[in-house]
Amino acid sequence: MTNTDIDYSRHLLGIEHLSREELYNYLDNATHFLEVSERDLKKVPALRGKTVVNLFLEPSTRTRTSFEIAGKRLSADTINMTASGSSVSKGETLLDTARTIAAMNPDVLVIRHRASGAAHFLASRLENTAVINAGDGMHEHPTQALLDLLTLRQHFKDRSGGIEGLRVAIVGDIRHSRVARSNIMAHLLLGNKVRLVGPSTLIPDLLVKENCFGEPLQVFYRLEEGIEGCDVIMLLRMQLERSAGGFIPSLEEYAREYCLTSKIVERYAGDAVVMHPGPINRGIEISGELADSPRSLIEKQVTSGVAVRMAVLFKLATASGEEKRE
Amino acid sequence: MTTAETKKVPADWKCVVDSDTISRCISRITYEILEKNRDIQNLAIVGIRTGGEFLGRRIKNRIKEIEGLEVPFGVVDITLYRDDLSHSSSQPELKGTDLRFSVSGSRIVLVDDVLYTGRTVRAALDAITDFGRPSCVELAVLCDRGHRELPIRPDYVGKNLPTERNEFVRVRLREMNYQDGVYLIRKKK
Amino acid sequence: MRILIKNGLVIDPSRQMEEKLDLLIEAGVVKEVSASINVGPSSPDQVIDASGQWVVPGLIDLHVHLREPGQEWKETVASGAAAAVMGGFTAVCCMPNTDPVNDSAEVTEFILERADTAGLCRVYPIGAVTMGSKGERLAPLSELKKAGCVAFSDDGQPVYNPEIMRRALEWVRMFNAPISCHEEDKHLSRGGAMNESSLSERMGLIGMPKVAEDVMIARDIELARVTGGHVHICHISSARGVELVRRAKNDGINVTAEVTPHHLVLTEEAVEGYDTNAKMSPPLREEEERLALIEGLSDGTIDVVASDHAPHEAASKEVEFSEAAYGILGLQTSLPLLLDFVDSGTISRLRMIEVLSTAPAKVFNLKGGSLKEGKVADLTIIDPQVEWIFSPETVKSLSFNSPFIGRRMKGAARATIVDGRLVMLDGQLIRSA
Repeated sequence: MTNTDIDYSRHLLGIEHLSREELYNYLDNATHFLEVSERDLKKVPALRGKTVVNLFLEPSTRTRTSFEIAGKRLSADTINMTASGSSVSKGETLLDTARTIAAMNPDVLVIRHRASGAAHFLASRLENTAVINAGDGMHEHPTQALLDLLTLRQHFKDRSGGIEGLRVAIVGDIRHSRVARSNIMAHLLLGNKVRLVGPSTLIPDLLVKENCFGEPLQVFYRLEEGIEGCDVIMLLRMQLERSAGGFIPSLEEYAREYCLTSKIVERYAGDAVVMHPGPINRGIEISGELADSPRSLIEKQVTSGVAVRMAVLFKLATASGEEKRE
Repeated sequence: MTTAETKKVPADWKCVVDSDTISRCISRITYEILEKNRDIQNLAIVGIRTGGEFLGRRIKNRIKEIEGLEVPFGVVDITLYRDDLSHSSSQPELKGTDLRFSVSGSRIVLVDDVLYTGRTVRAALDAITDFGRPSCVELAVLCDRGHRELPIRPDYVGKNLPTERNEFVRVRLREMNYQDGVYLIRKKK
Repeated sequence: MRILIKNGLVIDPSRQMEEKLDLLIEAGVVKEVSASINVGPSSPDQVIDASGQWVVPGLIDLHVHLREPGQEWKETVASGAAAAVMGGFTAVCCMPNTDPVNDSAEVTEFILERADTAGLCRVYPIGAVTMGSKGERLAPLSELKKAGCVAFSDDGQPVYNPEIMRRALEWVRMFNAPISCHEEDKHLSRGGAMNESSLSERMGLIGMPKVAEDVMIARDIELARVTGGHVHICHISSARGVELVRRAKNDGINVTAEVTPHHLVLTEEAVEGYDTNAKMSPPLREEEERLALIEGLSDGTIDVVASDHAPHEAASKEVEFSEAAYGILGLQTSLPLLLDFVDSGTISRLRMIEVLSTAPAKVFNLKGGSLKEGKVADLTIIDPQVEWIFSPETVKSLSFNSPFIGRRMKGAARATIVDGRLVMLDGQLIRSA
């Protein structure tokens, strides 16, 4: 099936299809949704009567909860479907799922799926529904990149240039990470310098050699060199099964070389903030004391998550409403 | 205030309220507000983004000039409270609501540039009441162009403007780098 | 049956001939090829005016999947044969990865029976190298050969165990049959869904690296060298692979190679947007690989073009990209896609007919591939100018998985003649009575 006739402006399938203006529009609106989230009454009627289906075919309590809260704060009717509780675990194909969703005709579908391209698959088959990619395989996780940027924007709000001109180090399992891909594209879109730090088996040569995201990326195999002088250190979650796949000798070996501690940050990137999409593996990607230290933005990322998802739901649900009327 | 050059409106816009008249309207409305609210203790001015924000601020400043008192001022963005959910642009832009005073118990004067169907005011009332329970809300508008669709009436009016439904009313203010003026535009077919 | 083809441009790579001639078929053989044939008192059963058209030895496809027995919803011998003759093919060689695998004379005979019933083109079964294509024990190669298999392959899989591969090459050397090799080290391409490249990195898909193909080509070339057995490299897709074959040929090693039309025409960009109809194994690769394949085809390193016709029902393609079946249709698109290269001057028409007919006949020791007088009358009449659209309505296969659906094509087979009998004319199938 060809997925080439997708109107990317109707969906959020990846950072790849966003312009700078669209990216900033999401961040600007999300800033206002941060304000809504601070009110006593954390609810606005913007999406009253709209239906949002959260279809999570891969376990993810955090992202699902974040989207659910975002939907509810916008007064949308939010329905959760997860793999264990749905027909998907009973062998339904993604095409059948698409047909079922199409018949329900929701305004927005939030999809988390283990296969890269699953969000494209659904977007090309759902005429009246805006699709939000909440993570597809190793491909993209655009709302994670947006919430990371919102977090940085709050942090750097007094910096001249804001979140532009930053030196960003992304550390860990780049190869298998949709969070890395979305963040790489987002930071390159803003003109930031992006460094990839990790073992050579987890940083594909092709990602670097061929400038596959258009701009050159710098690669460092040593943690200390990689983070030196950076403004932002973004740690990726290490999937515990990677050593079985032959990508790393063992988690212990990985942690010995790449576990970030306050001591290392102080020494090589004294002004840097540290981020992690969570959930963290303490003592593997990050030391416990660093995760709990003031330079860690990890909790702020969670707060930003709800605001960013409100901004995305708001834009796509209202845009799809417009189309339906025509 | 920026020093940017004053922009011009298109030549086919017909000016129906000029700059001097707008100044006089603001003054008169301010006096009327003060007259009706002898005790300005709990008074607060809230402008509806974006035209109402600038006019509201002018009223707040006039009160300061007349009474020597700062009254609380806030702005509401009604985008999240609209009942039509349609957006002229595919990138809806939020400007944000900013009410940094205690809404509960306050006497709020809501300010907008043009009163038309009343739907914007309805949305603004919802936005305000999300923040608390004001003791009363009054409405001040620069122009009332008629054609109400909801049971809403203004308490203070600068100018009543008889209009057709197929006309636009546009308010341009110096805060937007224009000369103050209210314009009537015939909708193109 | 006598058929007279008049005024066609006879292109016969077996004698480097390109001439406007008449051609007479009688009793299943090419009776006469000359400037103006006088048929005498008894008029032929059929006269075809081939003005402006090409008369060529019948096209032969060394690599197709007919899915029967076992997956008749995807394709049958009959539907595949229909697609073949519609595409100008007079003979196809079908891979043994059926269910059951063609590792016994019974399966070979079954396929031949089905082909006979279909009554369209020649169908040559390819036998499995190992039982069940599992790579463990050799299949009964001699029995399969006697039953009608023309070559051997575990296509879809490499023969992993080099010891077994060595013995298989030694065995088939006795009766001069090739082993057709799917070259892929699946440890290196584990979980892969497309070419490993910057695009796969961007799309978040696990890549199938070229080296997975290259290492197996290198191994099998070395095994061919030591055994003297004939290694035929299937659907070659990498520049390095072409180079390895080129060197092997220079060294006099008994190796031949095939390339598919889609690897010559498309690059990996076809999968953008996660189009599963462009998912295949080996995967579509980068432009420089594609150019190296064209060069290899032009300079003779690559011997033949074969379609790797691989029908799949919609349900196995309309899924997540990583889950989708590998492969695309090929029989009805090979000829027009190759004609484009002739049109653009990339390869000569003589070379094009050679790689689609004369060379495949030679590589697998098959009948056909020549229009010399006395040779079997397998031939194709090609209209190089006719424009048409490869729409679902034109598809004769039972499946529709092709990235070329909807594509405007130039050139098509106008008539297909097998064993002196007209089986397709102007888009109509003619089954034997």
